[in-house]
Amino acid sequence: MIGNVEVTREIDARGSFCPGPMMELIRVIRSAQIGDVIAVLSSDQGSKRDIPKWTAKANQEFIGVETLDGYDRIIVKKVR
Amino acid sequence: MSDQNRMSIVVFDGTIDKLFPVSIIASGGVMNDMRVDIFLTFWGLLAFRKGEPYKVSKVSKDYEEWAPEMMRVLQEKKVSSWYDTLLQAKELGDIHIYACAMTADLFDLSKEDFEPVVDEIIGVGEFIAMAQESGTTLYI
Repeated sequence: MIGNVEVTREIDARGSFCPGPMMELIRVIRSAQIGDVIAVLSSDQGSKRDIPKWTAKANQEFIGVETLDGYDRIIVKKVR
Repeated sequence: MSDQNRMSIVVFDGTIDKLFPVSIIASGGVMNDMRVDIFLTFWGLLAFRKGEPYKVSKVSKDYEEWAPEMMRVLQEKKVSSWYDTLLQAKELGDIHIYACAMTADLFDLSKEDFEPVVDEIIGVGEFIAMAQESGTTLYI
């Protein structure tokens, strides 16, 4: 489950609007190491749909999304 | 043959309610690994003169009664400017921005008069050749 995954890096994009969190994730993934797990905190309505779709297209691994108090924590692993 | 991984956008309007979707849709292109060619013409091009992008605050005439409310929410919610969104998308992806040669000639503008984000001044023939090869073409 998401709770057990060790996150390498967290992007706090709360308060940022679509496409901000998604674009931040793309930027961070580019410079990350293979195996890194990145969590994006977002409070916008687009990211929790966009990020899993992007992850599939970019052949990265989508770990999951948890909805917390007024924001989502979306977790992605860089696998290539 | 048109390429589904290419998008061409004509930017005709230079108002903030049009420039926002331009930068956001271009970002969507980047997310989907598309090449995006943006052709700035008329008022869209004037918004890219040096020093202009951050000054744009007008809303299209049809929606002008929304202008104060729009500027208020943008400021209050600290929304990244349309221009920063476009710069970020261009930095991360394959975006090319062109100035329409006809508009540039009309207003006596040369490449140095535009923000450096503008790559080249090109004619309509060259842009339409790009659009011809794009799976998606938008006019904003």
